[in-house]
Amino acid sequence: MSAASIIFYIIAAFILGTGILAVTTRKIFRASIWLLFSLIGIASLYFWMQLEFLAAVQIIVYVGGIVVLIIFSIFLTIKSGEEMPKPILKRNIFAILAALSGLAYTARQISLYPFKKPENSAAFELKVGDIGRQMLSTTDHGYLLPFELISMLLLASMIGCIVIALKQKEPVNHL
Amino acid sequence: MTNIPLTNILFLSTALFFIGAYGLFTRRNMITMLMSVELMLNSVNINFVAFNKYLYPDKLGGVFFSIFIITIAAAEAAVAIAIIINLYRSHHSIDVEDASEMKY
Repeated sequence: MSAASIIFYIIAAFILGTGILAVTTRKIFRASIWLLFSLIGIASLYFWMQLEFLAAVQIIVYVGGIVVLIIFSIFLTIKSGEEMPKPILKRNIFAILAALSGLAYTARQISLYPFKKPENSAAFELKVGDIGRQMLSTTDHGYLLPFELISMLLLASMIGCIVIALKQKEPVNHL
Repeated sequence: MTNIPLTNILFLSTALFFIGAYGLFTRRNMITMLMSVELMLNSVNINFVAFNKYLYPDKLGGVFFSIFIITIAAAEAAVAIAIIINLYRSHHSIDVEDASEMKY
């Protein structure tokens, strides 16, 4: 067992352990911190796969953006020290059963499928220059149209967030 | 790097996806449900990147898909949190059981 595979198993155990804690802990603030660790673990998995650009994007967007947003919204909405109620036993059992059966089925399908190695075993290399060139090219493997669509989507969602979260003048009528 | 087969990475992402699904089934708080969705989106990202790296090393499609998924996840989280904050203002609760006006 080489050092790289040992590191992979350590990273995998870290991601899964913190992920399980993030969905089972009953204090919501701790859940968000465990989610933060799980996302950092995924970024380190990208580093392990030598995709430094994607790992940097993961850290900036998820760890620096989304988790901070979630923590702010926790502070704005609920008392962060309070424990959440336990899930109903029946629902918990069925959720575990559904997750485990789905996991078993998918794992079996993965282990049965023969993944073919590519013929030309060129070393995979992720250059930021290539990403930028393909992102803005209009030729065969260019991604200019999705890039523009994504920018429109981001603009629309930004305006939508502002409109939704605006304070209403009159109090909302309760139904 | 070469010692780890592709299937091990796929097992990891599958387990992460179903951890997120379990959280989505059991949690009744909107913010924690949003966290579970983020975990599921991340497991899909791992899949895209691993397929790109192991099966098509001469292309960059999977990396682009992951970048776009990360962007859409950021937009989705922002909209969801705006909705949650608005809901808290009108209902003083972010439990999904309490927001039942549009259920039927």
